Amino acid sequence: MKLSILVNEGPYQHQAADTAIQFTKAALEKGHEIMRVFFYHDGVNNGTRFGVPPQDDRNITEQWTALAKEHDLDLVVCIAAAQRRGILDENEAKRQGKDGDNIAEGFRISGLGQLIEAGIQSDRLVVFGD
Amino acid sequence: MAMLHTVNKSPFERRSLDSCLRHAVKGSAILLIEDGIYAAIDGTVVAEKIKSAVGDHKVYVLGPDLKARGMGDHKLVDGIETVDYAGFVDLVTEYDKVQSWL
Amino acid sequence: MSEPWEDDELEGPVRKFMYVNRKAPYGTIYALESLEVVLIAAAFEQDVTLAFLDDGVYQIVKGQDTEEIGVKNFSPIYRALEGYDVEKLFVEKESLESRGLTADDLVVPVEVISREQMADLMEEQEVILSF
Repeated sequence: MKLSILVNEGPYQHQAADTAIQFTKAALEKGHEIMRVFFYHDGVNNGTRFGVPPQDDRNITEQWTALAKEHDLDLVVCIAAAQRRGILDENEAKRQGKDGDNIAEGFRISGLGQLIEAGIQSDRLVVFGD
Repeated sequence: MAMLHTVNKSPFERRSLDSCLRHAVKGSAILLIEDGIYAAIDGTVVAEKIKSAVGDHKVYVLGPDLKARGMGDHKLVDGIETVDYAGFVDLVTEYDKVQSWL
Repeated sequence: MSEPWEDDELEGPVRKFMYVNRKAPYGTIYALESLEVVLIAAAFEQDVTLAFLDDGVYQIVKGQDTEEIGVKNFSPIYRALEGYDVEKLFVEKESLESRGLTADDLVVPVEVISREQMADLMEEQEVILSF
């Protein structure tokens, strides 16, 4: 089955991102297709490569990046929510005149249309949030 | 076709479970995850809510969240089934839509 | 013949989308960013329904004045939804009543329905977005 995931909360503050990762892994192991993982609200903070959690803690962003590499996942950070919260890729940093970007490998920034498209084209959309 | 509802809030602190139970039509399923798992434990002042729900709904609780919170060996309300993440995925595919009561 | 602006439209059937609003405005950003999704989604010409229940009914209460909290008042946007062809706004009667409100207290014309009708309406949907 074709599934999409919506993550509405940032990493660490709330369990939503962890649950979404465990769910995504389980779905992939069962042979389902993950069409897209869309990050909205504070969920966009999953996509910063500047997070440095303590060594004995999990690194949620790196977990997403590893999953994306292994399974060719489409990790999409909402541009409007990202701009509010300072998540930038190279293009956006240039466009907004910022001195650097922070998007992590495997993530891309795009519009809310990507969420609606996932809702239209997936068999199920599962929301993880607070 | 029926819906899968997920609840991730403690029933002692928030009203999400109440709202879910009032809107879940007969035959829909309820999965308790994250802090929502406390609603599945028997012998609490909120257990009655789930007890009255198990007649009309299949009620599931996410085992990894029970265990993480030290509730793995506590008695669950009769009729509740424990699932792992693979079981969560199965429920999502068996029911034809999911509503998260955030 | 297709119109030029239809070229990049998505393929696939029209689906029944419901946006479930259960949170009050301003205390958290969910209400505002949920509304932003609805505005974007309107361009996709899906079958859109907005549901207001629990504290979500406070999103559309009249007389919001945010000047002193320093936050943008977004309640007028709900009145503009009609222009985006988002016309199905349903409010739960029990949620209004338990908060001492009636439809007259709301900024936008809505259909007030019972909790039971709301539950049935939710079951009719294909994609449910809650924020």
